[in-house]
Amino acid sequence: MWTYIARRAIQASFTLLIITVLCFILTRFGSADPMAQYANNPNMSAADKEALRERLGLNAPLPVQYFKWLGLALQGDLGISFFSKQPVGEMIAQRLPNTVILMFTTEIVTVSIALLLGIISAVKQYSATDNVITAFSFIGFSMPIFFSALGLMLIFAVKFKEWGLPYMPTGADVWDKKDPLEYIQHMVLPVSALVIVQVAGYARFVRSSLLEVLGLDYIRTARAKGLTSRVVLFKHALRNAALPLVTIVGLDIPFLLGGAIVTESVFAWPGMGRLFWEYAQRGDFPVVLGVLLIISTAVVIFTIITDVLYTLVDPRIQFT
Amino acid sequence: MTTDIVSLDNTILKHEPVEKPMTPGQLIWRRFRKHRMAVLGIIGFGLLLLFIIIGSVLISEKDANEVDLQARLSPPSAIHWMGTDSTGRDIFARIIHGGQISLIVGTLAVLLSVGLGTTIGGLAAYYGGWVDSILMRFTEAMLSIPSLFLLIVLGKLFGRDVDTFTIFGSTFSGSVAIVILVIGITSWMFLARIVRANVLSLKEMDYISVAKSLGSSDMRIFFRHLIPNTMGAIIVSTTLGLAGAILSEAYVSFLGLGVQPPTASWGNMLTSAQSFIQKGSWWMWVFPSVFIVFTILCVNLIGDGLRDAFDPRSSRHL
Repeated sequence: MWTYIARRAIQASFTLLIITVLCFILTRFGSADPMAQYANNPNMSAADKEALRERLGLNAPLPVQYFKWLGLALQGDLGISFFSKQPVGEMIAQRLPNTVILMFTTEIVTVSIALLLGIISAVKQYSATDNVITAFSFIGFSMPIFFSALGLMLIFAVKFKEWGLPYMPTGADVWDKKDPLEYIQHMVLPVSALVIVQVAGYARFVRSSLLEVLGLDYIRTARAKGLTSRVVLFKHALRNAALPLVTIVGLDIPFLLGGAIVTESVFAWPGMGRLFWEYAQRGDFPVVLGVLLIISTAVVIFTIITDVLYTLVDPRIQFT
Repeated sequence: MTTDIVSLDNTILKHEPVEKPMTPGQLIWRRFRKHRMAVLGIIGFGLLLLFIIIGSVLISEKDANEVDLQARLSPPSAIHWMGTDSTGRDIFARIIHGGQISLIVGTLAVLLSVGLGTTIGGLAAYYGGWVDSILMRFTEAMLSIPSLFLLIVLGKLFGRDVDTFTIFGSTFSGSVAIVILVIGITSWMFLARIVRANVLSLKEMDYISVAKSLGSSDMRIFFRHLIPNTMGAIIVSTTLGLAGAILSEAYVSFLGLGVQPPTASWGNMLTSAQSFIQKGSWWMWVFPSVFIVFTILCVNLIGDGLRDAFDPRSSRHL
C-alpha cells in the first residue's frame, strides 16, 4: 500500500507542477495591469511607477517571475495582494473556514437526503413515488446553481418579507459573523440552494447502485434464509451499494471548495469562491493564483485519498 | 396432439428466416426509439428549436435590444408577454434571440471540445510513450482545476478588447467568439480520457496490424479505423457536452464575463436579474432560468437515451 501511495504522490507532484505553470501563465496574462490603479494618480511620477514595477517584480523575465513565485509558494508565502496589500495566505486563511463549513454542511445534508430518496426509489422501483423522484432528479440535474439560489432568495427572502412572514436573510445585510445563531441563519439559503442542485445526481446514483446490488445472488440467499426485508436491505444490500458513494463524495469535496463561486456571490457568503471572484475581476493575480493553487492541490490530494480509501473499504480491489 | 406441434413448428419456421439481421445503426436507432424519456427529450428540443426559429423570423434582433426606459421593470402584460428588464427591453424577444446565441455558443463550443478531446486522447493512445505521458499529465492538470475557475481565468485572459463581427448578415459581439473558445478549451478533458482508453484497446486488435502490414499510413489508420470505432463514445459525450456547454455559457455570462450586452444570452439576462430580485422582479429570473433548465433537461435526456442505445450490452426493451 505504501509503495502505491508513494508512486501516486510522485505522479501527483508532476501534475501539480504542470498546474502551477498553467495557472501562472494564464493568470499572469489574464490579469489587468496591476499598475493600472496608479495610472491617474497625479502624485506619482513616471520614475516612481517604474520603481514600483521593479519592487513588485514585474520587470523580470517571466520564467524568473515564475520560479520566484514557486519558491516562495513552496515555503508557504503566496505573495501580497496588489489591492488589499495583505498577505494572500492570510486572506485565504480568513475565508477558508467559512467555505469549508458551508461545504461540509451541504455535503452531509445532500448525502443524507440522497440516501433516503435513493433507497425509496430503488425499493419501490417503477412505482409512482419512484417516477416522481426520478423526474425531479432529472430536473435538479439540469439546474444551474443560480436558478435555485435566486429562486430561494426570491421566495424565502423577498416574498416572505412582503407577505409579512418570518423571512430569511439574503446576506446583503450587515451581520455579525461571530454570532453562531446569525451564522446558521445566513447559511440556510446557500446550503439549500446547493443541496437542491446536488442531491439529484447523488440520489440517482444510490438508486442505480442499490438496484444493481439487489439483483445479486447473495441477496437472494439472504432472503431465502428467511431474513426480513429490512435486515436484507440495511445490513446486506446498503453496505455494498453505498461503497461507490465514497468515490463520488471524495471527488466532489474539493470541487465544492471552490465550486461555490456563484452561490457565495449571490448570498454574499464570505468564502473562498467569492474571494476568488472579487479579486479575479480586479485582476489581482497573487490572490487569484493563490486560490487556484490551494484548490487544485486539494483536488489532487483528495483524489489520492479517495482512491486509497476506496481500496481499503472494498477488499475486492487491490493496490496496483 | 400431433397437429398442434406441427402448427407450432410452422409458425416458428415462418417467422425466423424472414427477418434480415439489423445493421448496428438500425439496432441503435431501435434501442433509442424504445427509450421513452429520450424521445420526449427530442420532442422537447425540437419544439424549442421551432420556437426560436419562428420567433427570430417574426421578431427582429433590433426589437430585442430596443431600450424603452418608460416601460422599465414592467411585469408581464399583453404588450410585454414576459415583462421587461431594467432598461425596458422586452424579455420575450430577448429569450428568443438569447436562446439563439446560447444554442450557437453551446454547439460550436462542444464541436471545438470534441475536436480537441478526440485528437489529444487519440494521439496519446496511438503514440504511447512520452507523448502519452505528457498529454495525459496535461489533461490531469486541467481536470484538477475546477472548471468554473478555469472559465473565469480564461474569460479574463481573452475577454478584454474584442470587436464585433458579422456572420450571415447578423452582427455578433466579439464576446460570443471568446466564450465559444473559452468553453471549448476547458471541456475536452473527459472525452480525451475516454477516447484514449478506447483507442488503447482497439489498437491491439488484429485488423489494425493487418492495416499496418498492408502499408496504411498512421493518419489513415487513425482516422479511418480507430476514430470511427470510438464514434459511439464520441457522440454520447458530444450530446452530454452540449448540455454542459450551454450551462457553462450561462455561468460565465451570469458572472458578467461571457456574452456582453446588448447581445442577449440566457445567462447574461440573469446577471441583472440578480440585483433586481431584491425588489421582487420575479419575471426577470423565472423566464430565462426556465428556458435554460428546459433545454438542458431535453439535451440530457437525449444523451441518456443515446448512451443506452450505443451500449451493446444494454439489451433492455429489445
